[in-house]
Amino acid sequence: MKEPLWKKLTPGSVILEPGSSAKFKTGSWRSMRPRWIEENCIQCLFCWIYCPDMSVIVEDGKRKDFNYDYCKGCGICALECPGKKGNKAIVMEKEGN
Amino acid sequence: MGKIVAVTGNEAVAESLRQVNPDVCAAYPITPATDLMQRFSSFISDGKVDTEMVLVESEHSAMSACIGAAAAGGRVATATSSQGLALMWEMLFIAAGDRLPIIMPVVNRALSAPLNIHGDHSDTMGARDSGWIQLYSETAQEAYDNAIQAFRIGEHPDIRLPVMVCMDGFIVSHSIERVEYLEDSEVKNFVGEYKTVNPLLDIDNPKSYGPLILTDLYHEYKRAQHEVMTKVKNVVLEVAADFEKLSGRKYGLFEAYRLDDAEIAIVILSSAAGTTKDVVDSYRDKGIKAGLLKPRMFRPFPYEEVAAALSHLKAIAVLDRADSFGGYGPLFSEICGAVMSMDGKPPMINRIYGLGGRDYMPDQAEKVLDELIEIAETGKVHTIKEYIGLRE
Repeated sequence: MKEPLWKKLTPGSVILEPGSSAKFKTGSWRSMRPRWIEENCIQCLFCWIYCPDMSVIVEDGKRKDFNYDYCKGCGICALECPGKKGNKAIVMEKEGN
Repeated sequence: MGKIVAVTGNEAVAESLRQVNPDVCAAYPITPATDLMQRFSSFISDGKVDTEMVLVESEHSAMSACIGAAAAGGRVATATSSQGLALMWEMLFIAAGDRLPIIMPVVNRALSAPLNIHGDHSDTMGARDSGWIQLYSETAQEAYDNAIQAFRIGEHPDIRLPVMVCMDGFIVSHSIERVEYLEDSEVKNFVGEYKTVNPLLDIDNPKSYGPLILTDLYHEYKRAQHEVMTKVKNVVLEVAADFEKLSGRKYGLFEAYRLDDAEIAIVILSSAAGTTKDVVDSYRDKGIKAGLLKPRMFRPFPYEEVAAALSHLKAIAVLDRADSFGGYGPLFSEICGAVMSMDGKPPMINRIYGLGGRDYMPDQAEKVLDELIEIAETGKVHTIKEYIGLRE
């Protein structure tokens, strides 16, 4: 007889595989999508610091575009963005437009 | 052979914790358990144990810190009572669901409102479905012995579940009794070295506790949790057998007192069983075949064994020191569950006694036994559930 699934589970629902949350792409929850406007960006990295996930990609000290696989569209980055001369470098737009 | 002392229940259980010397203890004071942890914290400040004491801002935080410490890989204990246990409620399920063997003496006390600091079983009965193992103690000796055995039971590799060791507030926690202590080395050897399972502090092997598991596997995890509870009974008996070799004191899943040839019996938990045994003795002297069953392990509940022990009776009274308002008392419900499998079911009554520390006196047990004699003769039950010991 096949061993039932419940007998194969790790006791206490402990996950023994490190970093496995990367497999769970939470970006599908998003209803609002941040858009990065590079010409207004002063590279202060506030968005990178404030992002509650790891959806702002930084390479060689420079901000690149968003990782939309995990961005839930919370809008914190857009709120914190100081922009340049009154123009935001991150704006929130309705998903699917 | 250890020494014989005159101590309170709290003192005896604090002593057991000193002898076990857990790694971490997070606690918050609440009457009547305050004195237990206060004594234990004195052991810490006097350098008698190496336990890391975490002083927290509430019982919710106490249990949260215990969960963190146990997941980190420590042997963990705490203690609480009443409202404190109620405040821990949410975290109790997490301790059990995460399979963390936290040992928690609970000094049974009534729940508000109205505010009351005295002993009844409302607090732990409210936590009976949390996934914790529950052992109930009649005396300070039993509380001390159960606390030591709880470490072996909860930490057993097949079990890994948290355990509540219950004793009656004030009646046991603050009354001085004769207690036999084991030697420190005997307790140390008995509980053994703590073996970690998936400790968070093993940083070379990172892992996560408490993940989000939705409709895909939650149901299966609960099935697995139920399975663990089915194994507890044998471990409790195995640990009790080892403990008997060490101490000479015998424990089982329940105590049967003059029950084998009894025709009527009272089922009752904890300290009130002592009073009831005296009354059973006096009825036996009169030629009435009375007996008693005192459950020790309430979670998991040993339905088959209890049913076998009660099957020959002509009438049973289950006395509850807690109520389920709009339902039967919690112990009565379990005994009904046990009796359900019997062919000729004996008539049963449920009597609620001693709430908020109301004294349970011999005359209350006598009235119940007198009623049982009548029920055994007539087979008729007038009222299934009723309060006893009410003031006129």
